Amino acid sequence: MIVTLAIVRMRNLFGVIVLAGVYSFLMASVMMVYDAVDVAMTEAAVGAGVSTVLLLAALHLTKAREYPQPRPAAIPVLVSLGVGAALVWATYDLPAFGIADTPINNHVVPYYFENSMKDTNVGNLVAAILADYRGFDTLGEVTVVFTAGIGVLLLLKGRRAGKSSSDGGSA
Amino acid sequence: MKFDLILRVGVKLMIPFMLLFALYVQLHADYGPGGGFQAGVITAGAVIVYALIFGIEEAQRVVPKRLVELLVPLGVLIYAGTGLLGILFGKNFLDYSVLGANPPLARERGILFVEIGVLLTVSSTMVALFYAFSERGR
Repeated sequence: MIVTLAIVRMRNLFGVIVLAGVYSFLMASVMMVYDAVDVAMTEAAVGAGVSTVLLLAALHLTKAREYPQPRPAAIPVLVSLGVGAALVWATYDLPAFGIADTPINNHVVPYYFENSMKDTNVGNLVAAILADYRGFDTLGEVTVVFTAGIGVLLLLKGRRAGKSSSDGGSA
Repeated sequence: MKFDLILRVGVKLMIPFMLLFALYVQLHADYGPGGGFQAGVITAGAVIVYALIFGIEEAQRVVPKRLVELLVPLGVLIYAGTGLLGILFGKNFLDYSVLGANPPLARERGILFVEIGVLLTVSSTMVALFYAFSERGR
């Protein structure tokens, strides 16, 4: 919470990136508390590790200071406060944390627990669900990573190719 | 950071263990936490650390840019190809049971192939992005 406030207030983008890495590590520890080791690992590696480095590399291309806003933006603050209040209000409808007899713990999850070892010979339930039962979703995720990577590569390279070669149209 | 002795020696010592840990995360995902995404990011992290300390040219001598950009689509193709094998043998898309004699072992094998595809795409995308950013800055 304090970290996010600091991120919002800070104008020096280098500090913002470092604080975002700190935030990712904090989120990873929250995930550890929830026993979601896979997610915690991803958060620590992607959020705190690689994305920090990539953001620093992007910072290398731009200026390190954010331009100060000319006037306090009232409408965005109101919108974000409203959305936040709506989300907090919506959490009152969620079942209490860790309770066992919710629908999500009663239909699919027992099936996975009972059958995943038998079906796939894979002890890690998360891996079995991600790569086998929900394999199509994971294919989609990989495609998203692929598409995003190609897009950024094209954006970063297209300009340079257009600048160095005079024929232009190929970029 | 060309002349920082402690960083250079320390990173040289760390990188083999990072790559080994990535392989462990990748191949032990059947029984422990991890999988292609995590292993891919750790692999990319090893390459990026090397590039940060030893310079981008050294890193591109070890991991050439062409190879990285080849691996980005190759991972997706491995994943989709594993799925297409199912169609080829008359089952559904991404039905791994065609990959072996008895279904559990075949599905375990399918998960292995698919995770390799994930690893290749994720790690090479990260490294390719890093290369692109750092070359743009010069």
